[in-house]
Amino acid sequence: MIRIDNISKSYGYRLALDSVSIHVDENEIFGLIGPDGAGKTSLFRILCSLILPDSGNAKIRNLDVVTDYREVRKIIGYMPGRFSLYQDLTVEENLEFFATVFGTSIKENYELIKDIYEHIEPFKNRKAGKLSGGMKQKLALSCALIHRPAVLILDEPTTGVDAVSRKEFWEMLSRIREEGITVIVSTPYMDEAQLCDRVGLLQNGELLTINTPEGIIQAYPKDILSIQSDNLYNVLMDLRDYPLAHSSLLFGHEVHYTEKGENIDQHQLKEYLNKKGHYNVEMNLLKPGIEDSFLELMKE
Amino acid sequence: MKSFYGFIRKEFLHIFRDPRTLLILFGMPIAQIMIFGYVVTNEIKDIPIAILDHSKDQATREISNKLISSGYFKLVMNLTSLKEVEPAMKKGNVKEVIVFEPDFRKKMESGLPGSVQIIADASDPNTANLIVNYTFGIMQDYMAQYQQGKPNTIVPEVRMIYNEGLKGVYMFVPGTMALILMLISAMMTSISISREKELGTMEVLMVSPIKPFQIVVGKVIPYIGLSFINAVVIIVLGFFVFGLPVKGSLIILLLESLLFISLALSLGILISTVSNSQMVAMFISLLGLMLPTILLSGFIYPIENMPVVLQWISNLMPPKWFIIVVKNIMIKGEGWQFIWKETLIMMGMTAFFLLVAIRKFKIRLE
Repeated sequence: MIRIDNISKSYGYRLALDSVSIHVDENEIFGLIGPDGAGKTSLFRILCSLILPDSGNAKIRNLDVVTDYREVRKIIGYMPGRFSLYQDLTVEENLEFFATVFGTSIKENYELIKDIYEHIEPFKNRKAGKLSGGMKQKLALSCALIHRPAVLILDEPTTGVDAVSRKEFWEMLSRIREEGITVIVSTPYMDEAQLCDRVGLLQNGELLTINTPEGIIQAYPKDILSIQSDNLYNVLMDLRDYPLAHSSLLFGHEVHYTEKGENIDQHQLKEYLNKKGHYNVEMNLLKPGIEDSFLELMKE
Repeated sequence: MKSFYGFIRKEFLHIFRDPRTLLILFGMPIAQIMIFGYVVTNEIKDIPIAILDHSKDQATREISNKLISSGYFKLVMNLTSLKEVEPAMKKGNVKEVIVFEPDFRKKMESGLPGSVQIIADASDPNTANLIVNYTFGIMQDYMAQYQQGKPNTIVPEVRMIYNEGLKGVYMFVPGTMALILMLISAMMTSISISREKELGTMEVLMVSPIKPFQIVVGKVIPYIGLSFINAVVIIVLGFFVFGLPVKGSLIILLLESLLFISLALSLGILISTVSNSQMVAMFISLLGLMLPTILLSGFIYPIENMPVVLQWISNLMPPKWFIIVVKNIMIKGEGWQFIWKETLIMMGMTAFFLLVAIRKFKIRLE
C-alpha cells in the first residue's frame, strides 16, 4: 500500500531523515513514534507530496509522491499537526467547505464520519475557534475523512488533547480501519504505540526499529527489575553509581532497572543498596513494556 | 467547478465575518476621501493676515478690500507699527503681514513705484509661496485696473483650464482612488493568502484536488468585486460631495479601474508568494506599495519637480499611469486615443506580475 524506500531529507546542514524505509500494508494502523524533532512531520509531508525528499522514493498505491503528486493528493486525507481549521467558520461550514473542495458532499459520506461527527454535531453552529482541543481534533478528523480517502495521514493528532479524548480518538481510528482505510499516525506518546498494528520508532531522523508492538516487547533482551522504596530519589541516584547498572529510569512511583549483563543478581544489588543505607527496598522482576523497549532502543 | 464555488463562498464568509476587514474595505475609502478632501488640502482659503498701513489712503484701502474680499484671505489684525509684526505672527496665527509704505497713492499718481512689503510665514514654505503669489496676483490685478487705458502696460490674461477653480479635488480624487484600490486589492489579497499559510490551512488545501490557480483566483474574485464597489463609491463621493464631474466616458473610467484593480491584485498575489505570515504581507504591502503610491506617483508631489532618477523610477509605479488615465478621463474628458499608451503599460504590468506570481506560486511547502 505504502512503500517508503531510503528517504533522506536535510534542512541545510541538519539531517532530518536518514535513509528511512517503511512499508505499510493495506488496512493497517501504522504508528510512527518519536520525540519532538525526530523527523515525523518531515516524513509525513514527503508522503503528502508537500515537500520533496533529497533522495529515495515513496509510493502510495504505486503512485510516486513526487511525479504523480496530483493523483496522490486525490487519495489521501491529511491532518497536519496543528488542526488546520478555519477558526472564523462554524463547525458545519468547515466540514462543508472541505467536502466541496474534495468534490463531494457531507451527505455522500456521512456514514463514514457519523460516529465522529455525532460528538460535535450539537455545536455545529459554533465557530471552530471556540471549540475545545478534543472537539477541534474530531472536527479536523471529520474534515480529513469527508472524501473517503484510501490513506489517512495524521500528524500528532493527540498532542494537546485530554486523556479521555485521546482514548476516544484511538477507538475511532480502529473503526476507520474497519472501513478499509489505511491509517498512518505519528505520536510522541509511547503508550499509544500499543494501539497500532505496527509501529516504527524514529529518533534523530533514523528509524530504530519497525515491528508489531508485541514483537518489539519480545525483542527486549534483558531482565528488568522494578524497584520501589520510600526514598526513591536517593535510591535512583545510588543505582546510577552502581558499577553493574545499565539503566535506571524513573517510571512513576518505581524505578525500572537493568544491568549490563542479561540477568540481574538481586542479592548483590540488595547488598549494595543496604551498604548505601537503603533497607526498605522492594524488588520485583518485571515483564517489559513497550516504553521499556523504546527507551532501551533509544539508549543504544 | 463546484469545489471552486465552495472556495469563493468561503472567502466571502471570511470577509463578512471579520469586522476589521469590513472596516478597511468600506470605512477606509470614505474616510480617506473625506480626509484628503477636507483636512489635507493645500488650497488657499481664509488665510489669516494682518495689514500695517502707513498711508491709509484710497489706494491702500482698495487693495486691502480686494485682498479680503477675494475669499483667500481673512483680515484678523490691523497693525500700527513694524514692532507688532513678529508678535502678531507668533501669537495671532497670522500667516502674512502686508506693509504699505507712507504716501502710497501719491507716489503712484506721480508715476513712482509704490512699495509694499509682504512678510510671509515660511515655516510651511509651499503654503508661504502660494500665499505670496496669490497676494501678488491680486495686487497686480489692481495695478492693471488702475493703469487701464495708459500705454506701455502689458496685461496678461491668465486662464486656468481643466480646473478653473484651482480645486484640490481634481488632484486628490484620482490619487485617492489609486491609493485605495492599490491598498485594498494588493494588501487584502496578500494578507488573506498568507493567512492560510500562517494558520496551516494552506497545507490542507495543497493536499486537495483543488488546483493552485483555483486557490489564487478564488482568493482574488471577492476582492475584484469589492474593490470595484469602492471605485464606484469614490467616483460617487467625488461627484456629490466635492462636485467633481466625470467629463469623459464613465464606462471607460470603470473599465480602466477594473484594469488597475487586476494590476493591484496580481501584485498582491506576488507579495503573498514571498511572505509566510500576515505581518510580513502587510508590511510589504504598506511599505512597498502605499509609500511609493503616495510619494512617487504624482499624487502629492508633481513628478516634474523630482530629481531625474526618481522621475525615472516613477515610471515603474503602477499608480502613476492610473492617475494619468483617471485625470484624462475625469477632468479633461478624453477618450481612448489619449490613454491607450497608459492602458497598454498597465496591461503589460498586470501580465508580468501575474506571470511571475504564477511561476513563484508553490505547489509544495518549500
